[in-house]
Amino acid sequence: MKKQIDSLKVTDNKRLNKEFFVLRLQSDKQIPEILPGQFAQVKVEGSPNTFLRRPISVYDVDYSNQSISLLIKIAGDGTKQLSKLTPNESLNIIYPLGNSFSKPANNRVLLIGGGTGVAPLLFLGKYLRKQFNIIPEFLLGYRSKELVIELEKFEEIGKTYITTEDGSLGHKGFVIHHPILFDEKKEINTIYTCGPEVMMKAVAKYAKNKGITCEASLENLMGCGIGACLCCVVDTVDNGNVNTCTEGPIFNTQKLKWLI
Amino acid sequence: MADLKTNIGKLELKNPVMTASGTFGFGTEYIDFIDLSKLGGIVVKGITPKLRQGNPYPRMAETPSGMLNAVGLQNKGVDYFVEHIYPEISQYNTEIVVNINGGSIEEYCEVASKINELEKVNSIELNISCPNVKQGGMLFGIHCPSAIAVTKAVRDVYKKTLIVKLSPNVTSIVEFAKAVEDNGADAISLINTLLGMAIDAKTRRPLLSTVTGGLSGPAIKPVALRMVWQVYNAVKIPVIGMGGIMNATDAIEFILAGSSAIQVGTANFINPAVTIEIIAGINEYLEQNKIESISQLIGALEC
Repeated sequence: MKKQIDSLKVTDNKRLNKEFFVLRLQSDKQIPEILPGQFAQVKVEGSPNTFLRRPISVYDVDYSNQSISLLIKIAGDGTKQLSKLTPNESLNIIYPLGNSFSKPANNRVLLIGGGTGVAPLLFLGKYLRKQFNIIPEFLLGYRSKELVIELEKFEEIGKTYITTEDGSLGHKGFVIHHPILFDEKKEINTIYTCGPEVMMKAVAKYAKNKGITCEASLENLMGCGIGACLCCVVDTVDNGNVNTCTEGPIFNTQKLKWLI
Repeated sequence: MADLKTNIGKLELKNPVMTASGTFGFGTEYIDFIDLSKLGGIVVKGITPKLRQGNPYPRMAETPSGMLNAVGLQNKGVDYFVEHIYPEISQYNTEIVVNINGGSIEEYCEVASKINELEKVNSIELNISCPNVKQGGMLFGIHCPSAIAVTKAVRDVYKKTLIVKLSPNVTSIVEFAKAVEDNGADAISLINTLLGMAIDAKTRRPLLSTVTGGLSGPAIKPVALRMVWQVYNAVKIPVIGMGGIMNATDAIEFILAGSSAIQVGTANFINPAVTIEIIAGINEYLEQNKIESISQLIGALEC
């Protein structure tokens, strides 16, 4: 799919909680086909300390409405500025970028997300149902109940398990400690994960020990997002340093030189 | 349309807008956004004799009005370039400039002689200013006898237009400009990145795996303009100016300071179509000011 630069109109800016918000953006033309796991490079205006674009995963796509949604965590000056956007303002993005999650070999699929890392998983879950008639399950981890993101949207797609670090919702602890991962009767053949690197490494280790295929969505710092600056590299088994923005952001975790 | 043609040594560029090495890949990364044949030239990512993995992640840190990088010349080596990349990029109807690097004079010469054989490459940019490699690179560009030696040696093996890219990390840029001019350079490009660093106060650690890296972006523009102007006034060969050019006005400032052509670098990351907008903007400036040719603007600073 051809990458493009487009100025989209903000149609909604929904604050979910103190850390997360969802921007809904509409194009005045047909939007390109977007695959789950792909991202947009978002230009931030009005933030003197934000020089580069911000890579943000696509959270949802509505082709009939020429719209996409981005789930964003307020992490610094740039994302704080984005959180202040109001309807009818415009946002310049470059999209769709990167590769996508691959088609699962069978239908026992678990999507494991942490924090803002749940973003590409919602879109992936919808896509799996629509394209392959697969009903995935979600295992989502947050610090506490107040930070849980649009739970009903995930539950609409498939059974959703929650962990919180403080135990305020679901199982207390990290995703990697959730009982479903230790249920001998439960069959899981493919795991897709996105979230903090320490979480994804723990998930990758679990998958490796169980012989489960695992794909992770990386969030490396990016300069350009289109494969030119070579800043966002990750070390791989077969090809050494490769760009996260073009060879990824989705990688089979067995191909990464993660010490797990 | 004003006359945008400009000359660098034996090269005639259709317009003065080139892309800076390391910010534009091999051009193919940008074909979804722009028509490469509209560019004055493309300076490709730096090439070394052998494959280099570059430095470990993290290699980039955003800084006020700019960024630091410590990529470290990651590339697949000159033979890979000749066999796999050259056949594709030589099809573009624009001037392809190969940025060459080495850890020793012999290595620079090895790359230069191989590139010399490529029919559709009419020039090289001798990079003696990369701040992110342990051997070679900037070490040649901050020690005048070394800059002279490598320029001379490469001049002996490279027969076409030789551009030498200078480091700003020196006390007197003019001394280096004159030295490379006297030893066979056909043109000078400047500036490469300024050596800098960034620290995370929370973790008390550097933001780059290499601790220091090269600063680029608008933060360095005033330094770059000053150096271009000093060098333009000291040498007879053409100067290619760069450093924080984000738009046509910035480009015109560099041309006024003495640049026969300009290179756009970091701006490509933020707006992949910026080069085309800069070409249009330069043309508009010339037309509005009733200047027929870009050549009339080169070094036309009034002071």
